[in-house]
Amino acid sequence: MSPVVKKQKENFKMPSKYVLLILTSLCVVLMVVTFMTNYMGGPLQKIAGYVVVPFQEGISEVGAYLSKKSDDLLQLRDVLKENESLKQQVADLTNENIHLQQQIYDLENLQNLLELDAEYADYEKTGARIISKDSGNWYSGFVINKGSNDGIQVDMNVIADGGLVGRVTKVSDNWSKVLSIIDDTSNVSGMILSTNDNLIVSGSLEKMADNRITFSQLLDSAGLVRIGDKIVTSDISSKYLPGILIGYVTEIHMDANNLSKSGLLSPVVDFEHLSEVLVILELKQNVTE
Amino acid sequence: MARNIVTAFITFICFLLQTTVFKALSFGGISPNLPIIITVSYGFMRGKKTGLYVGFFSGLLMDIFFGEVIGLYALLYMYIGFAIGFLHELFFKEDIKLPILLVAAIDFGYNFIFYCLLFLLRGRFRLPYYFLNVMIPELVYTVIITVLLYPLLFLINRKFDQIEKRSAKKFV
Repeated sequence: MSPVVKKQKENFKMPSKYVLLILTSLCVVLMVVTFMTNYMGGPLQKIAGYVVVPFQEGISEVGAYLSKKSDDLLQLRDVLKENESLKQQVADLTNENIHLQQQIYDLENLQNLLELDAEYADYEKTGARIISKDSGNWYSGFVINKGSNDGIQVDMNVIADGGLVGRVTKVSDNWSKVLSIIDDTSNVSGMILSTNDNLIVSGSLEKMADNRITFSQLLDSAGLVRIGDKIVTSDISSKYLPGILIGYVTEIHMDANNLSKSGLLSPVVDFEHLSEVLVILELKQNVTE
Repeated sequence: MARNIVTAFITFICFLLQTTVFKALSFGGISPNLPIIITVSYGFMRGKKTGLYVGFFSGLLMDIFFGEVIGLYALLYMYIGFAIGFLHELFFKEDIKLPILLVAAIDFGYNFIFYCLLFLLRGRFRLPYYFLNVMIPELVYTVIITVLLYPLLFLINRKFDQIEKRSAKKFV
């Protein structure tokens, strides 16, 4: 190709440093705008929502299926090994024993369900499916497949398995982002159900691996709080509806200041295998009781 | 044109996989960092401009869905792609060792800065814990995925190179 021909044919091309400059200023402007105001790039979110969300919904279903299959395969090896010894054990166990244990288990489960259902029955809720999770490993937010079209607003509470999952932090037409209470940046105002002592529940990446959440600033002067006590969202929380179960105290110790206590709690929600959640369609401010 | 469409498509697919499949298939709660892999790979294979665009759009998608402000991830990934683009003319693309090294270094640097800015400043001082439980596992997982993904991206790139060469010959 001769240089003359090439010159005529070649389109105008911007050098990459100018592209970089333009996009950098665009990013900075967007960052300033979204930081200063509450405007979260409405049109961008909407376009992204309609393009990305259907794919995410599909893939997350397939992904969940694959993950289940891979778990099954991993388990299969152990299961085969255990099979032999278990067969022996099964023979030893009497029918009556199994039957009784099953009944106790069912009874407990049903009692719990009944209790929990009654606890949150007065709130209007909508079910939603988790379609994607935060791309990094530092945070644990996730996206659900319902948005403002279904009446979801920012700061609405999200529950599952009868316990608190988190709250909505970002809403678009057909998706919204949820900040879970195990996230390192999350703080929830809670209280001990039995004594009404207030405390702060803060998520922690370190404790997440053990399936625990830290709590602190518990003023338990009477020393009545015991391991196993229920922790619920407090009445004075500005974002969370009162009385939603968060978890159970598993560890408690006095702080160095000898005034407050802190420790760990075990959440009722199984965050690792969460796939469907309920969003309470009621904001804290609107509750008039 | 076809090349750009395919590149955009790959960027999009990688974001989808990152937030869905790889989250479901995470080991010990750790998943690889696909946006970094494709940003570095494209910056290395195609140069500054492609690296910059791929980084920008990968970051923008993350911003829209998970960012607190829009533009932060986009800016960060764009500069990664641009910086890697400087190496484009200096090295052979066939050798997989260098891209792997680059991905590993960038992923580690990215996570370290992330930790310093968003965890250390909030009083989370146990660096060894985060080092062993977040940064290193992610690094290893990301490198493994790079070993699989880079040859694929490289093949696609070479296919387009051949097509372009052929059409250029035909034209003359």
